[in-house]
Amino acid sequence: MSQHYPTLLVTVPLLAAFIISAAGWINKRLCFPFAVATLTVAAYSCVGLLFRVLHEGVVHYRLGGWPPPWGIAYYVDQLNGLVLSVISVSALINLIASKRSIEREFPEKIGPFYTLYVLFVTGMLGITVTGDAFNLYVLLEIGSLTGYALIAMGDKDRAPLASLNYLYMGTIGACFYLLGVGYLYIVTGSLNMVDIASILPGLYQSKAVMTAFIICMVGMWIKMAFFPLHGWLPNAYTFAPSASSSLIAPLMTKVMIYVMIRFILTVFTPKFAFSTLAVSDSVVWLAVIAIVMGAIFALAQRDLKKMLTYIIVAEVGYMVGGAWLGNRAGMTGAILHIVNDALMTLCAFLVVGNIVYKVKGYSFEDLKGLFSKMPFTMGAFVIGALSIIGVPPTCGFFSKWYLISGAIQASHYGFVVALLFSSLVNVVLFFRIIEIGYYEPFGDHHGHDHHPEPMAEAPLSMLVPLFIVAAGLVLVGLYTGDIVNHIIQFVIPKGLL
Amino acid sequence: METITSIKPLLAVLVSLLVTPILVSSRASNVREGWTFVAATAKFLIVLSMLPTILKGTEIVYTVVEFLPGAAIKFRVDALGMLFAIVSSSLWIVTSAYSIGYMRGLKEHSQTRYFCFFAFALSSTIGVAFSANLLTLYLFYEMLSLATYPLVTHHQDLEARSSGRKYLLYIMGTSIGLALPAMLICYNLAGTLEFSKQGFLAGTASKPLLGLLLFMLIFGFAKAAIMPLHAWLPAAMVAPTPVSALLHAVAVVKVGVFSVVRVLTGVFGTNLLLSLDFSPFIIFVASVTILVGSFIALTQDNLKRLLAFSTIAQLSYIVLGVGLLSPKGMIGGIVHIAMHAFGKITLFFCAGAIFVATGKKNISEMIGIGRRMPVTMAAFFIAALSITGVPPCGGFLSKWYLVLGSLEAHQIAILVVLLFSSLLNACYFMPIVYKAFFCRPEEAMFKNTVQEAPLFCVVPLVVTALISIILLFYPQPFFRLASMMVHSITGT
Repeated sequence: MSQHYPTLLVTVPLLAAFIISAAGWINKRLCFPFAVATLTVAAYSCVGLLFRVLHEGVVHYRLGGWPPPWGIAYYVDQLNGLVLSVISVSALINLIASKRSIEREFPEKIGPFYTLYVLFVTGMLGITVTGDAFNLYVLLEIGSLTGYALIAMGDKDRAPLASLNYLYMGTIGACFYLLGVGYLYIVTGSLNMVDIASILPGLYQSKAVMTAFIICMVGMWIKMAFFPLHGWLPNAYTFAPSASSSLIAPLMTKVMIYVMIRFILTVFTPKFAFSTLAVSDSVVWLAVIAIVMGAIFALAQRDLKKMLTYIIVAEVGYMVGGAWLGNRAGMTGAILHIVNDALMTLCAFLVVGNIVYKVKGYSFEDLKGLFSKMPFTMGAFVIGALSIIGVPPTCGFFSKWYLISGAIQASHYGFVVALLFSSLVNVVLFFRIIEIGYYEPFGDHHGHDHHPEPMAEAPLSMLVPLFIVAAGLVLVGLYTGDIVNHIIQFVIPKGLL
Repeated sequence: METITSIKPLLAVLVSLLVTPILVSSRASNVREGWTFVAATAKFLIVLSMLPTILKGTEIVYTVVEFLPGAAIKFRVDALGMLFAIVSSSLWIVTSAYSIGYMRGLKEHSQTRYFCFFAFALSSTIGVAFSANLLTLYLFYEMLSLATYPLVTHHQDLEARSSGRKYLLYIMGTSIGLALPAMLICYNLAGTLEFSKQGFLAGTASKPLLGLLLFMLIFGFAKAAIMPLHAWLPAAMVAPTPVSALLHAVAVVKVGVFSVVRVLTGVFGTNLLLSLDFSPFIIFVASVTILVGSFIALTQDNLKRLLAFSTIAQLSYIVLGVGLLSPKGMIGGIVHIAMHAFGKITLFFCAGAIFVATGKKNISEMIGIGRRMPVTMAAFFIAALSITGVPPCGGFLSKWYLVLGSLEAHQIAILVVLLFSSLLNACYFMPIVYKAFFCRPEEAMFKNTVQEAPLFCVVPLVVTALISIILLFYPQPFFRLASMMVHSITGT
């Protein structure tokens, strides 16, 4: 059984999606338990796989027993073992947390929604687990198409347009990626990542290989919303239904970061990406701009969800910049931040989900008095906020630590300043929210007769998952040392110092 | 240096944190305050139980989790940390009693939140005291900023909001903007953040870079309220008085000063500071803060604001003493942490007691108040003497050592600063006391009947005032710890 984990985690959700869709016609209530069961199997397989990789080393799996380069090979090392676990666990947590809001927001579309949900997770897991560059494209399209649909189910007036916009941009991004893979195929005659990696070293001076690499990167940057290619993200994530945005926002961009790092480390070599091309300095400067602009745009927002989407834009800058610093600390920070940012974003968007469920809005006006109305949700929000700001012992601090450390070692002080600037802006952003929730509406002066609003907290099925994520932020922070020593350090090639 | 491993430091930190769920869930306020006392007493006893070991010259270490070599979350109890932990944990007990009198007396809202965050803040304070490295110190320093934010802004009105903003802007702005990058640079230079007897930065970088790091670390810990980063402290006086008393005369500001002392002794080390000749810079900023702070205090009418500026000046005595880098000066500076704590908390308790009993905040409205509240004003007088540095109070001893230290370092200008500042202290405290007792009958604003604040307010301030006197005669524990600390550095 356990040797089939790599395929289970893709095929089970893929097939289950059909079952859920069929179950939706019989009885809508069946969909949720099916979806939970599916994602539990996926999460179990992912975590099991991670532990197997930790004990036995890299796992190769051939679909249908076809040897590469003809068949599709799954290739699992510490890096995607880690990312797989994060994806499946956060998708499962969000699934449970969003049950109530799905039932309320579109009761008639429960079946299709869960089908899309599970298919989206299939896409994300598949992208991460696969060792085949073309297969990655196919799964990327599965993930993206279901993502467009999940987003379009939101706000009736604005979500379809936002989704369409995302569709255009996403398709362009995927096409770029495919084009790049096409070039690689022309040059190497292979689609298998390990195979390509073994053929490429002799061809690094080839213009076609450089073009392939750069085109692939641009495709991924569009998909991960790397400034200035981020235009599709804020509206798409803001107007999506809560359940979709808290699924897609933590996962989509992070998975694309993973793909980027996979290309730099495995398909190509760090030496090629950082030395031969000699663009890494410019990319880090782009990341600096992404971080600063993300922070500034976030400051300009007047509603919570949109503010969070611009924070994602800035966070993408963190990870791209960290990966392209070209040293070990920066890469460690970027990989660590995939995990941390997924959890932080999940926490923040789950909070938004709870607020929308109770208050039916997420603009700053709707947040007044929230600390009295929803103290537990806001407590989790504060923890998420601290992590995004980067206050120890939450995990956000530790990835920022590695990122800044990497920037100092690379003498890239622009990146150091950008990270600190973004932290300070985050303090402003989040304490602005906290101020509104805590002080307003203003009573008479001095508050002796302060009458707090009665408590109206979200249901337990939403609160418990939120608390698990919030606690996870602190636990992951405390176990940073183990994650780095037992997982991440094996991912980064020895040559990268 | 002998070390033993024990979980006690972690327990001392966690005991008040663990009690917060009970505080939140307890319905009756008596139960809640009962548990606060239990936690406070337990914390004090745990801290005290480590004292004999420390006095024997042994250090207690405990590593919670190591996430980078040389940068773990780790506790190390040494003489300096012990001194600070004793002061803050003992005063928490007193302040808890005072809080009950004050908060109930004024029928404040959200008392449960208040007691929870108070407990949280104390956990962080002890965490700072026992930190073994810069990372752990930074962690608890930030936790303290966040734990005290709801306390400072307790009233939840417009004034509280703007003060809260100022508080965060100064405290978190500097810690993220200056201390964090400085810490990272230190780590990349030295490969460790572990405090050691002679610092860990020696020989790692050029003088300009080390100077920049010193600047970033001293101003990065803005809780020390060194000018020009002092403005948050007067603003934070909107907090309820017990908060001002413990956090802004003892815990928060002392955490700032403590961090600066750790930076000077544990990160840079006295030898490095001497060889690079950074002492004049530290002495200069501290002296300016002392004099300017005292002058501004002279002009204040709001009693709590006056105390705030007095605190700003007094904090810099500690920085000054350690910055002199002479053994006696350092002992004086470190002991001043304790002496100032007991004196200043008494003064704040008095200000709060006056507010509870009469609703008055301004000094100009307190003429003749000694006739109505003789016990409170007597305590005020004693504490004012201690802060000024006049016998029969403990404050005299620490100032005496500071003066000796300035002579030892051949800094006659500093001697003048110290003496002149004491004069200024007397100038802003004594008129208050004089007008309280010896005003003309037609000036008096209060009737001659004695009517003190609730007993829960009065007893704590009498206790701390008495301790201020006792400390003149029995200052040994604090002097012993301070001189152990200094001897371990200088090796004499």
